[in-house]
Amino acid sequence: MTDPLPLSGASFGANPSFVDLLRDARPDELAHLRRTVSAESAAAVPHGTTVLGLIYADGVLVAGDRRATSGYTIADETMRKVFAADDYSAIAIAGAAGMAVEMVRLFQLELEHYEKLTGDRLSLEGKANRLAQLIKQNFPLAMQGLVVVPLFGGFDERRDAGRLFYYDATGGRWEEDDYQATGSGSQPAKNSLKKRWREGLSREQAIRAAVEALLDASEDDVATGGPSVYRRIFPIALAVTASGADEVPEAEVEAAVIAVLEERA
Amino acid sequence: MSFMPYVAPEQMMKDRSEYAHKGIARGRSVIGLEYADGLLFIAENPSATLHKISEIYDHIAFAGVGKYSEFEELRIAGIRLADLRGFSYGREDVKARDLANAYSQALSNIFTQQMKPYEVEILVGEVDGDASGTAIYHILFDGSVTDEHEFVAIGGHAGDLMELLRSRFSADWDLTTAVKTAVEVLGSPESRTIEAGAIEAGVLDRGRSHRRKFRRLESPEIAGLLAG
Repeated sequence: MTDPLPLSGASFGANPSFVDLLRDARPDELAHLRRTVSAESAAAVPHGTTVLGLIYADGVLVAGDRRATSGYTIADETMRKVFAADDYSAIAIAGAAGMAVEMVRLFQLELEHYEKLTGDRLSLEGKANRLAQLIKQNFPLAMQGLVVVPLFGGFDERRDAGRLFYYDATGGRWEEDDYQATGSGSQPAKNSLKKRWREGLSREQAIRAAVEALLDASEDDVATGGPSVYRRIFPIALAVTASGADEVPEAEVEAAVIAVLEERA
Repeated sequence: MSFMPYVAPEQMMKDRSEYAHKGIARGRSVIGLEYADGLLFIAENPSATLHKISEIYDHIAFAGVGKYSEFEELRIAGIRLADLRGFSYGREDVKARDLANAYSQALSNIFTQQMKPYEVEILVGEVDGDASGTAIYHILFDGSVTDEHEFVAIGGHAGDLMELLRSRFSADWDLTTAVKTAVEVLGSPESRTIEAGAIEAGVLDRGRSHRRKFRRLESPEIAGLLAG
């Protein structure tokens, strides 16, 4: 394929949005957002289940289980639902898996494209707003059952603190100053976090609280996958702090899982 | 009805070429050179925010000399092309060679078809795997491309700088030596010493664990390298 070099046209200034660029250059890529789907087919695509985020002493921790379901079938037991959006933020997704992963990819590119074009990273506020706009674009499909509801956590370099945002299917955006969960197992996860969360948790305590909440969700919600020590399936967690967004090593998550399981045995 | 006076095509190209050359010669230079861990782009630039050197993609960097608005437009077009390609295919399918070809086509069209040629010269650099994967493409205002090796200088004093680099260059320089030598070379045509604050530099560092290999060297780091 030979792309013409897209030199800037009649519009004033360079638009730093990758999504806008994509819409102009490859309209087909985003055309599916306006299609209609039946309720049966919407329910048949894999859905991701429970993700959560919590503020702790160093920043914000975002974590998710590994299961995807389509109807009563388990579609995937090792799905990744937590991603670094850029060097200082992370996004966790619940809902229609294929569209959610595509949304993450677009969002990651949106942030990188902005950063390269302008030479500046977007503010955390700007990133959170941009994500709300991406979700809003998905609204027609969300109303037909293909909902994508992410959590967004980042380190605000200007405020020097971790911040956590959650969204609804209409693109509504809310900020939480403690914890939040979304997806099918969000209620038991939130109940669990309610008891564990307090201000100024250490990294170890935060990981422990997240693992415990996901375990509680898996016990009360069929669609949420529990950790499995024997099959080596553990939740994925990302810690976003002043030094960046880093995945919590599996060994650390495993240790937390074992500690929780032993306590309950 | 008005008539354009006849100008022979040879004369027209010559005039345009002279015009572009003059524009470029007024500006400052950029040096691109290979060092032990990758590729260094370095320039004298009194502005800390209006960059001559920047990131295009994971392993591709850009440098421009001449008229800022024109090479800035080329830089933005390059980022758009690269990000679209990477989105449509895979990240590793974005290649500096394709980008150099696109720039070459665009500049060649502008040179022959527009009122005035762009007064720019650009470099597109790439690192990939080991040292043998390093590439530097040099694209002129008329769209001609050359594939450079080891080092290259573009802009005002390009000829003098190339001469100096030829006598001093060594491929095993570490970053400190590369930056120090390049800064000396940049200042030598006018026999002056350039302050660390007026140096702009960026590297494509093969050793960087991040997916994005480009790193801008900030002023304190440059000052440290020059003092070290």
